[in-house]
Amino acid sequence: MIFNDLIQIKEKELAARKKITLRCCMAAGCMPSDAKGVKEQLVKAVAEAGLQDEVEVRGVGCLKLCCEGPLVQADPQNLLYIKVTAENAPSIVAALKGGQANVAQTNLDAAFFKKQLSIVLANSGVVDPERIESYLAADGYQALHEVLHETTPKDVVVAMVKSGLRGRGGAGFPTGLKWGTVAKSPGAKKYVICNADEGDPGAFMDRSVLESDPHAVLEGMAIAAYAVGADQGFIYVRAEYPLAISRLQIAIKQAKQMGLLGAGIFESPFNFNIDLRIGAGAFVCGEETALMASVEGKRGTPRTRPPFPAESGLHGCPTLINNIETFANVPPIYRNGAEWFAGIGTEKSKGTKVFALAGKIKNTGLIEVPMGTPLRTIVEEMGGGAPDGGKIKAVQTGGPSGGCIPAQHLDTPVDYESLGKLGSIMGSGGMIVMDDSTNMVEIARFFMEFCMDESCGKCIPCRAGTVQMHHLLDKIANRKATARDLAKLEELCDMVKNTSLCGLGQTAPNPTLSTLRFFRNEYEALLQPDQFGPRGNGEAAKQPAAAKQ
Amino acid sequence: MAAKTLTIDGKQISAEEGATILQASEEASVKIPTLCHLDGVYDVGACRLCLVEVTGVPKLLPACTTKVAEGMDIKTDSERLRKYRRMILELLFAERNHVCAVCVSNGHCELQMLAYSNGMDHVRYEYTFPKWSLDTTHNLFGMDHNRCVLCTRCVRVCWHIEAAGTKNVAGRGGKSRIITDLNMPWGEADSCTSCGKCVQACPTGALFHKGSTVGEMERDRSKLEFIVTAREKQQWISAD
Repeated sequence: MIFNDLIQIKEKELAARKKITLRCCMAAGCMPSDAKGVKEQLVKAVAEAGLQDEVEVRGVGCLKLCCEGPLVQADPQNLLYIKVTAENAPSIVAALKGGQANVAQTNLDAAFFKKQLSIVLANSGVVDPERIESYLAADGYQALHEVLHETTPKDVVVAMVKSGLRGRGGAGFPTGLKWGTVAKSPGAKKYVICNADEGDPGAFMDRSVLESDPHAVLEGMAIAAYAVGADQGFIYVRAEYPLAISRLQIAIKQAKQMGLLGAGIFESPFNFNIDLRIGAGAFVCGEETALMASVEGKRGTPRTRPPFPAESGLHGCPTLINNIETFANVPPIYRNGAEWFAGIGTEKSKGTKVFALAGKIKNTGLIEVPMGTPLRTIVEEMGGGAPDGGKIKAVQTGGPSGGCIPAQHLDTPVDYESLGKLGSIMGSGGMIVMDDSTNMVEIARFFMEFCMDESCGKCIPCRAGTVQMHHLLDKIANRKATARDLAKLEELCDMVKNTSLCGLGQTAPNPTLSTLRFFRNEYEALLQPDQFGPRGNGEAAKQPAAAKQ
Repeated sequence: MAAKTLTIDGKQISAEEGATILQASEEASVKIPTLCHLDGVYDVGACRLCLVEVTGVPKLLPACTTKVAEGMDIKTDSERLRKYRRMILELLFAERNHVCAVCVSNGHCELQMLAYSNGMDHVRYEYTFPKWSLDTTHNLFGMDHNRCVLCTRCVRVCWHIEAAGTKNVAGRGGKSRIITDLNMPWGEADSCTSCGKCVQACPTGALFHKGSTVGEMERDRSKLEFIVTAREKQQWISAD
């Protein structure tokens, strides 16, 4: 494969395009509501109408407005049909020749679409994720070619630093710095790992990227591998994402067949292979050291850092580990230049962020907005506010590691620092909206239960601390706790946060702490009078259970 | 190997490069509480009792896995650390059924000693009283999960000193437990060589010699270091 082959395939693919395209969402959001049946019936209806030469029915990735699926978009008519059923197919095809289809449509000029800026999701809903030609037609793998032939690994790192991209897994570590550290770490063998173990409740952006545009992730990983000097990559994807796994398998196979992965890529001396590793259902395996233990075939438990993976990671070798969205950002950065990317977003948070908008909100789905977009724009304009006349109470970001941002702070811009200041985190992109019917103590209890169940059991503060914190939250929610229990809960939150071994335990108290910070009255309203009266100096009350011992 | 100078609790000491804070603290005669640490096997930093404060580092660092660095200023004792250590011990006592009065290790138990030395005189958290089983299928040894603190010392000696790989951890979170082979009764675990190192390594009464009764279970810890030295240096000498 040389550059001309790449261009030839692209041109052939573009030449084969038909006048009209019906793009059918084939991502996991629409699939359960018979997206496959819709597509089959559309193909059949096109054939029956004798329009095969004019109309292409293309299976694509996520079309973003997940709550209204199955979605079908017609080009160039620029119509987005919603809640399409298989029976609607003839009507949609008939309308292509003029007239109105008897199917609900949504306004593509609505804020939900117009306020989006697609970098990571640029190909989502456009390319066919199961055909590499479709990705090549969207200039796919050209960035990799350019990097391999015209740039030194060092300059690749320099460009990444210049772009200002920060890790999209949640913590926001500068990507260029990480690449540079791995590149400089001595070692003959290095690895690149893509963390696709998305596990936050309510988060589905990483899954959508894999299902919609798997080649972008592969290309990003290959560029990263060239920059750091790795020749083997792994994608660690959770077993709960069968569609993403199957699309990745197809993508890797196609890329290998075309010589875009494997030995001597683009007739350069660069070799790079990618293998899949499937998780076994442990949330903690999203933590990088646990993930690597799992890839090695060991029990997925985190270990203490340092040494950091950049220095000693998989099998003791320097390892670059980035999130899916981070890798998906890489090809556009090299295609359009680091300056272009650095021009988007805020001073310290560059580019865009993909969010999975969910919860008590009218428009649920996938959005990508520039960093610095106020939460209010996302929630009220794009999301359309709370359904059924409800009032938005809080927005939860960062899943079980994040916090709840109350409505009075909705003007906060979405960037790493601003969210951190409010006791939440950017997180990987789950955004759960809560309306005034939501009980915040219940929310805290839910996330604590999640952390308790997902704690690996290695370190004591997380293993036993989450159990006790959950117990106390349970007690508060059931109106059986006193002010003393609340104090005990806060003390435990502080201790678990500061003493736990890995990120799971260190952040497990965050949902509780942030709801305590902004909705303390809800906790206090549930407290019972303390029959023993207050005691000083933290001396605890005499408890019946303790007395038994 | 270069030496590093550092300060532990105000005392200036030197330590070999690559040594951990815990190893260095011995020279300063500073006692840092530990539970999952065991001389002779590698450290995992799981019990979090050895957390220390290092000037300039916002996080608390485990002394057993953190390597010394030039000019480090370490505090091993503070009001905050004491509070955290006591809370960790309280959590352990509330987690399983640690009833000293009927335990084989009463008087020789590291958990008990830690509770004494760290001033944990009562437990403020609700005891969970979990139902755990007892495995006495092995000819010589028994395992009482009620007394297990999941320090994984037994797992580490089994894999890294005896290299039998019998012991392992199964389950997640509070439901984690030590298993033998593929979660079969200990007596049926073919890989077990009955070497007894796990029993020597256990800090509590979770692993015991069959036939021992309350307070009878004493351990010869130096045996482990002895075996490691023998294996690594081919020298059959006692550590003392």
